[in-house]
Amino acid sequence: MSWFKRIRQGITTTTREKKETPEGLWYKCADCKHIAPAADNEANLWVCIKCGHHQRIGSEDYFSILFDEDEYQELFAKLKSGDPLSFTDTQPYKDRVESSMKKTKLKDAMKVAVGDIDGESVVVACMDFSFIGGSMGSVVGEKIARSIDYCIEHKLPLLIISKSGGARMMEAAYSLMQMAKTSAKLTQLSAAKLPFISLLTDPTTGGVTASFAMLGDLNISEPGALIGFAGPRVVKETIGKELPKGFQTSEFVLEHGFLDKIVERKDLKAFIAKMVRMLAK
Amino acid sequence: MNYLDFEKPIAELADQIEKQKQIAEKNKVDASQTILQLEDKLEQTRKEIYGNLTPWQRVQVSRHPDRPYTLAYINHITDGTFTELHGDRTVKDDKAMVGGFGSIDGRTVMFIGQQKGINLKMRQLRNFGMPNPEGYRKALRLMKLAEKFNKPIVTIIDTPGAFPGIEAEERGQGEAIARNLFEMTLLKVPVICIIIGEGASGGALGIGIGDRVLMLENTWYSVISPESCSSILWRSWDHKETAASALKLTPNDMLGNGLIDGIIKEPIGGAHTNQEETFCRVKKEILKNLTELDKLSSDARVIHRIEKFSNMGVVVE
Ligand SMILES: [Zn+2]
Repeated sequence: MSWFKRIRQGITTTTREKKETPEGLWYKCADCKHIAPAADNEANLWVCIKCGHHQRIGSEDYFSILFDEDEYQELFAKLKSGDPLSFTDTQPYKDRVESSMKKTKLKDAMKVAVGDIDGESVVVACMDFSFIGGSMGSVVGEKIARSIDYCIEHKLPLLIISKSGGARMMEAAYSLMQMAKTSAKLTQLSAAKLPFISLLTDPTTGGVTASFAMLGDLNISEPGALIGFAGPRVVKETIGKELPKGFQTSEFVLEHGFLDKIVERKDLKAFIAKMVRMLAK
Repeated sequence: MNYLDFEKPIAELADQIEKQKQIAEKNKVDASQTILQLEDKLEQTRKEIYGNLTPWQRVQVSRHPDRPYTLAYINHITDGTFTELHGDRTVKDDKAMVGGFGSIDGRTVMFIGQQKGINLKMRQLRNFGMPNPEGYRKALRLMKLAEKFNKPIVTIIDTPGAFPGIEAEERGQGEAIARNLFEMTLLKVPVICIIIGEGASGGALGIGIGDRVLMLENTWYSVISPESCSSILWRSWDHKETAASALKLTPNDMLGNGLIDGIIKEPIGGAHTNQEETFCRVKKEILKNLTELDKLSSDARVIHRIEKFSNMGVVVE
């Protein structure tokens, strides 16, 4: 097997500019309300120093946590959402995308990069919740499809980091079919015997849970993440009573047999590299 | 007969015809001429109304209380040979998902579909056509059984969605649907999926990966129902009609966007007005598509299936 072979040649690595944290900025934990300097919070990988609450972070943050020396090459960076249905609700979808791009400096709800994780080359496709709730539209589907093609071509393992409220309603049935598309493409990755690690982070619900996120050779999660098919509000409305404590947390999902392991953020990099090595040898 | 709000002119004419018949019988007079005229008018009105359905009206027809459900189709198409098979072999038998072998013109076919209830009691038993994970796992088990004995699969889709309950989450609703999407892609036998009513989101797609995906004329297929879409995007239930239009969920829209493979015409006035005819048309479509799919090797079918779904989506570079 050779998928773990380094493919350094021909890849130009870019280094992300370190986020400048303005002095005097503080972070307040959403869970235990502990207040810590933002710099300390970042140094602790955006995990509360006091209670261990894993905060929602973006694709670039995950890349900086996972890739050696924060070096990686972004793939398929130009892909943007079309507006196939000329969808308008309270505002045109086009405008919604435009303003999301401006606000988040992202092109859509997923970024893909290739780089080394503890020396092992891995393709990482990571969702951004800040972009229209991490919703899955055509861009997310296409990026996953191309990531799979890239993995097969270069014999690399795939890590998908999910963080999504579900389908992108403004792409309607196109959005629904991304579930079919990503699952169909994963059959090709599977046939090529290349590892697929699915990391489900807070929150992962809806169409993402009901497609690629649950199809990993390994399904893993960070502690305390919300993971489910139906959102908790919908479940609550359906049954008409309060939800049990801990319902739809990663611990709940692990207990019911749908996760292989819960991995703390500080251990993610080492865990992924270790599993990639173990599956290769 | 039940009538929808926009079918009021049809209902009134049907009512008039009924009254004329009663009067004729009671007074022993010949009203056949009047009745014939009224029937003609009723046909015309039906044509007009059904020729110009708005997307929201089509959604209403897809949920018409008199509309035939999955088992009615299967029983007629298989000429009473259908043998239902139960259970997912793990948890239980999900009554919202039915399946089994049936014979269609002498050929054994695996039929699988969501089943809605025909009355209040049955609606509860069938959980309103909303399967739990074990329903999707039963469906997959039966598909694998069909594949083993090289029998084609026909799935019949009619669901307001996968059930969003506590047990459903505990037993992995997301995983169950995801597994079906993956496994259906690889099935070595022909797979035909037919939407006969509501095709709501992942709950529909969970048995919806096929070589041919067909929609009956008065059905809808999308990522969310117009009502839920309205409540989420407009934060009110009042925009369901606008949402129905915006979602482009009708068979014509879906075919135009390359997201389905064909449309099966219904009798004028909807499937419920002439069920026999509807069943005949569906059977004909199944046979026609099976003949086409038989010509391909199983490998070719799988490759086409992957390519078809991989090409869905619109992005800008
Ligand atoms: Zn805390």
